[in-house]
Amino acid sequence: MSITEILFWVLSTAAIVAALLVIFSKNPVHSVLWLIVVFFAISGHYVLLNAQFLAIVNMIVYAGAIMVLFLFVIMLMNMNADQEPTKSKWMKIAGVISGGSLTLLLIAALKYNTATTGGEEAGIGLIQQLGKTLFNEYVVPFEISSVLFLSAMVGAVVLGKKEKNIVNSDIANQ
Amino acid sequence: MPINYYIFLSVCLFSIGIVGVLTRRNAIIIFMCIELMLNAVNLLLVAFSRMHHAAAYALDNSTLVGSEAQIFVFFIMVVAAAEVTVGLAIIVMLYRNIHSVDINFLNRLKH
Amino acid sequence: MNGMIKYGYLIPLLPLIGFLINGLGRNFLSKKISSTIGSGVLILSFVCSLLVFNQVTKPGFNTQVLFLFDFIKTAGLDIPFALQFDQLSALFLLIITGIGSLIHIYSAAYMHEETEQHYARYFAYLNLFVFFMLILVLGSSYVTMFIGWEGVGLSSYLLIGYWFSNNNYNNAAKKAFVMNRIGDLGFLLAIFWMLSQFGVITYTGVFAEASTMPLSAITGITLLLFIGAMGKSAQIPLYTWLPDAMAGPTPVSALIHAATMVTAGIYMIARSNIMFSLAPVSQNLVAIIGIATALLAATIALKQNDIKKVLAYSTVSQLGLMFLALGVGSYTAGVFHVMTHAFFKALLFLGAGSVIHAMHHEQDIYKMGGLRKKLPITHITFLIGCLAIAGIPPFAGFFSKDEILTAALEKNVVYYLLGLLTSLMTAFYMFRMYFLTFHGNFRGTEEQYHHVHESPAAMTMPLMVLALLSIVGGWVGIPTVFAEDAHRLSSFLAPVFTGVHHEAKAEHLSHSLELSLMAGVVVLIIVSIFAAKSMFAKEGLTAEKSSSFGKLLENKWYVDELYDKIIVQPINHIASFFSRIIDNKIIDATVNGVGKLVQFSSRQMRLLQSGQVGSYVLIMVVSIIIFFIFQMFWKI
Repeated sequence: MSITEILFWVLSTAAIVAALLVIFSKNPVHSVLWLIVVFFAISGHYVLLNAQFLAIVNMIVYAGAIMVLFLFVIMLMNMNADQEPTKSKWMKIAGVISGGSLTLLLIAALKYNTATTGGEEAGIGLIQQLGKTLFNEYVVPFEISSVLFLSAMVGAVVLGKKEKNIVNSDIANQ
Repeated sequence: MPINYYIFLSVCLFSIGIVGVLTRRNAIIIFMCIELMLNAVNLLLVAFSRMHHAAAYALDNSTLVGSEAQIFVFFIMVVAAAEVTVGLAIIVMLYRNIHSVDINFLNRLKH
Repeated sequence: MNGMIKYGYLIPLLPLIGFLINGLGRNFLSKKISSTIGSGVLILSFVCSLLVFNQVTKPGFNTQVLFLFDFIKTAGLDIPFALQFDQLSALFLLIITGIGSLIHIYSAAYMHEETEQHYARYFAYLNLFVFFMLILVLGSSYVTMFIGWEGVGLSSYLLIGYWFSNNNYNNAAKKAFVMNRIGDLGFLLAIFWMLSQFGVITYTGVFAEASTMPLSAITGITLLLFIGAMGKSAQIPLYTWLPDAMAGPTPVSALIHAATMVTAGIYMIARSNIMFSLAPVSQNLVAIIGIATALLAATIALKQNDIKKVLAYSTVSQLGLMFLALGVGSYTAGVFHVMTHAFFKALLFLGAGSVIHAMHHEQDIYKMGGLRKKLPITHITFLIGCLAIAGIPPFAGFFSKDEILTAALEKNVVYYLLGLLTSLMTAFYMFRMYFLTFHGNFRGTEEQYHHVHESPAAMTMPLMVLALLSIVGGWVGIPTVFAEDAHRLSSFLAPVFTGVHHEAKAEHLSHSLELSLMAGVVVLIIVSIFAAKSMFAKEGLTAEKSSSFGKLLENKWYVDELYDKIIVQPINHIASFFSRIIDNKIIDATVNGVGKLVQFSSRQMRLLQSGQVGSYVLIMVVSIIIFFIFQMFWKI
């Protein structure tokens, strides 16, 4: 067993276990922390697949920015385990069964592959290579995505601000 | 590494995300499960990118086949970041209004 | 294309313009303006017709077709909308626009009691009628004729039901419309048959190929055309609408139901003379139906007391005589009688209108009497009309009726005898009406007698013009007995009636026999007139008590009741069956059932929409799983 394979198994186990813990933790804060573990494990996979740039971006954007945002929101709401009323048993069982059967089905459907991910390669996952592709062929989508970010930002501000106005007017009415 | 391993791993992560969406009632947890599913797909895309690139490289050692998939993943991350921003803003607003993030209260669609 | 004919489209266009102005502006136009427009366009149209006629009478004139636009143009079917100018259509143009103008002028005074709005509506309808009638006679193909044919049916319906607040009048209008539809169906089928047989529908195209077609097809087409003519020209069995059509204003009866529209059937058969001459079966049928109608209507007219009903049955009877002429192959005589009949029947109707006007809408001749002193002009002109229709020389009716009888005698002596009987009855009932109306003592109330007054000049002027025409109108067709080549109408129309020359004409009667027959007929007619005088010109006459046969005639042979029993009532029963059972129980139930099913199922389905996002996601996942299972194991 090569070092790559060992790393693969370790990272895969970590990802699945952490993912399970995400959904079964009572405390939302723990869920967030386990999700960060999942993301780190996935970043590790990216490195194994020679996608170094994506590994770094994944860590910075997801594990860094997005998950911190989640954590921040949860803490802002001051949530803890008791607050969440559990779903009905029937719904839980149905969810687990359907999720499990989906897994089985997809595995059964996709198991007849023989290709591998190994072998020589030209380093397309390196930042230089990706940068060239991105700014040569995909420069328009790249620019459009910046507009998307801008609109998302404005949207978030508007959503937050509107609420404030309503609260203010409520107070004024009282 | 056989591509099947990556497929199975991605399917497992994706299904775990689905089970989370189905069994939890906390909107933030559901949101996180969606992120989990997105990441499972990202992982699979990168794995396929590597697979195709390796196959093409055996024939031509200057090929760039497979970089599109990685650009794709990059854009998914972009979209996910924007989505999280807006989604969390909605959840915060919701929490301010009804002091809960329980999706069972969010059945206004019925009316 | 030269001369006036280049502008021939003006003839139908002018009445159309009049219709549009009067129809659209009926709320703003004063009576004076709308009657001026209504009559003015007709007079202009008459002037154009005169110019066209003048060109047509020039020697060496050939039929001219004025192409206007393509009506239907597809692969294998090319129907132009074109106007055909020849001797026949020119003659009809003059009749329609000439008598039409007189009747428009007359109407301006007759209808003066109407409100502005209805007055303009009346003139709009009348102009519309003239427009369609002109299209009918001017069209260069059967399709164009059919457009006019339907159009005159429509305007006739509108005018019969002009006083729409009276339900009886509406029923009369509906009856006329439906009866005409039956005939129109025959005409339409004939058009389809001709299209499939000849591939063309223009007169020139059809007539050029008619002689090469199998006899069965020609017979079928001509029979269907004749069914169309039956409806429009009120022949057995479709004649009952015409007497009822007298519900319309009297000038309308004069124009549409005496002078022009009802002669459309004659026009159509005269126009198709080439085909009818090729189909002896159809010709015989035309003659038989014609003489039967003439006789039946004449017997009914003997016992009618309504002045307009007498005239209506007399019209039906005269139309029957015209069909007899067509049926025995003397198309000229038929068209000649159309012309003279248009003069004297329009005169009689307008005279009757004048009487009705004077009597304040009293139409029963037993409530009149002795009116000759009060209505001198109406009296004289009415007398001229009666003499003309009775067939006293030298009035117009004599020449045309004599020509028909001569032609009938050449064909079959039975036709001649029945035609003669009809003529005698005509003379009798017309003079019965005349004596009852104008002679004897007044049988109405004292107050009515006080109010009787002569009509204004706008009404008497057309009467005088028509009276003059009724006297001289027949002189264009003086038979060869009196003068060689004096029958100018015959030589004028000869280019159109080429069908007649296909068959050798039956041997002519000797002049001495013809003269003695003529004299005998005139004597018999004078005898019947005096019989009428002795019976009805007495003082102190009251409504006659009828014998049982008289009752039968009074009730018009119970034909209306018979039609009601065997056609109208069964159809009503079927219709009410369909409305009660099929419509209510089956169709409505199905439609309502579908609605109820949708409501019910949506009420059930609504429960699925819990609004819980979780359950939606669950359903989605389950569906994906099912989809995958299908994909994998059933290989759809």
